[in-house]
Amino acid sequence: MSPELLNEFTFFVLAVFVGIEVISKVPTILHTPLMSGTNAIHGIILVGAIFIAAGASSPLSIALGLVAVILATTNVVGGFVVTDRMLEMFKGRQAPRNP
Amino acid sequence: MTIVITLAYLLAAVLFILGLKQLSSPKGARNGNFTAAAGMVIAIGATIPQLRFTGAGIAIIGIGVVIGATVGTVGARMVKMTAIPQMVALFNGVGGGAAALVAVSELLHFGRNPAFAEAFPSVFSIVIGSVSFAGSAVAFAKLQELMTGTPITYPGQQLVNAVLAAAILGFAIAVLAVASVPFSFVSLMLLALVLGVAFVLPIGGADMPVVISLLNAFTGLAVAATGFTLNNFALIVAGTLVGASGSLLTKLMSDAMGRSLTNTLFGAFGQLKAGAAGATGVPGRQVRAGTPEDLATLLAYSRRVIIVPGYGLAVAQAQHAVRELAELLEKRGVEVTYAIHPVAGRMPGHMNVLLAEANVPYEQLKEMDEINDEFKDADVALVVGANDVVNPAARSSPGSPIYGMPILNADRAKNIVFMKRSMRPGFAGIDNELLYDPKTIMFFGDAKDSLTKLVNAVKAA
Repeated sequence: MSPELLNEFTFFVLAVFVGIEVISKVPTILHTPLMSGTNAIHGIILVGAIFIAAGASSPLSIALGLVAVILATTNVVGGFVVTDRMLEMFKGRQAPRNP
Repeated sequence: MTIVITLAYLLAAVLFILGLKQLSSPKGARNGNFTAAAGMVIAIGATIPQLRFTGAGIAIIGIGVVIGATVGTVGARMVKMTAIPQMVALFNGVGGGAAALVAVSELLHFGRNPAFAEAFPSVFSIVIGSVSFAGSAVAFAKLQELMTGTPITYPGQQLVNAVLAAAILGFAIAVLAVASVPFSFVSLMLLALVLGVAFVLPIGGADMPVVISLLNAFTGLAVAATGFTLNNFALIVAGTLVGASGSLLTKLMSDAMGRSLTNTLFGAFGQLKAGAAGATGVPGRQVRAGTPEDLATLLAYSRRVIIVPGYGLAVAQAQHAVRELAELLEKRGVEVTYAIHPVAGRMPGHMNVLLAEANVPYEQLKEMDEINDEFKDADVALVVGANDVVNPAARSSPGSPIYGMPILNADRAKNIVFMKRSMRPGFAGIDNELLYDPKTIMFFGDAKDSLTKLVNAVKAA
């Protein structure tokens, strides 16, 4: 195992534990927004899509890169916007209510 | 420069973790989403200076981002609140698809005999990303009612799935050990797409939120794997965070529905026969239907009424009408409460929000555990657009797909009024014995129209 791979593996294992720990006490009411929020975070695949698109020159790599960037951007932007819309509704719970 | 980039990625990772933390408490949830979005902007910003761009590269990134951002924003803004779960499924699916395409592109780049440490994560990412893409598409179709929401099963299904899985494993080994050629990894991708469809088909529409959550975790792992291929810290950490928290969330969601995850995902297989017998509805059985006037009298002269709101209420936008009815009844001295099932409206927490927006006092909203013992003292359980969450089969028929799901004890009330569009079974696709209960009165029609008629009748009563 190369030192770089070993490093990456360390990050991976630690991130597993952080990922589990950080959401362990989420109330039912937030399950869907949380799912949607994590969905937006894996939109980081856009970084990967930009990596492969950047150096594209052959028709095939151009096509692959373009589709990957479109899909990944849809994931990121749509994910964050839709999560925000959901959470916007939760304001209603704190707002003062008419008797 | 490398140090700055690494630190920027680290900052992005910290922001993702903080964002997740905030997202899991009601107070900071909205800020949590912004925090995570800020992390995303930083991660992408730190990526640009590392790369050398071709002209074509700049063009496709520009065009791709504009198209993706437009589709994402318009989709997320236009979607009706009731259709949110399937929108999340779509956004998740495209992420999985992107991960698979990035991996394909990397394998093309590596040539015939790539190092195992680079090829293995790519293969993993292709398979998992494609399963997530196709599975999410089916979940979308089921929720959007483009196809039936009932579990689709056929004889030999498990064998077909086993053969698919074996073929995928075979091609994966071929790519890793024999030769990494487009034929083998494109075949791998196509087979994984088929597996994604086959995996979600036998799962009922009511379980789709759990499936979407699971596929969300899958996409996270596919993204992490891509990170290993590209040696990119941000992808590894963010993808793994989503993979881990998404897996836990899937389990929590499944628990909230009173089901084990295995039962949710593979439950349909055992029920081929039982399900077929139960789903068709028994022809010739009589239900009792009431007029608005009958029901108004019943309600107006009750002491205690418990309203059970469901998805039908959300779809019909009837939350204001239901509040009006409740207020009228209260003026006449009837005690009105709302019983909220954890998955009412298909999206946990959805119903609380809709009713809160219609100015229903928060104190009247009761969670299932709190109110279930009170049904026996209620004169009327008014079920508006709900079905599966009051189906006694969940308690009494071990063969039923929803067996074991906690339900509201509406059947224990002295009278049950069912507002429903038709006799069609609920989302889980099974018949509801409660509809035929002698204590039950049906009131057919769109929830909003029916409630408005009822409001007028109560005014007159």
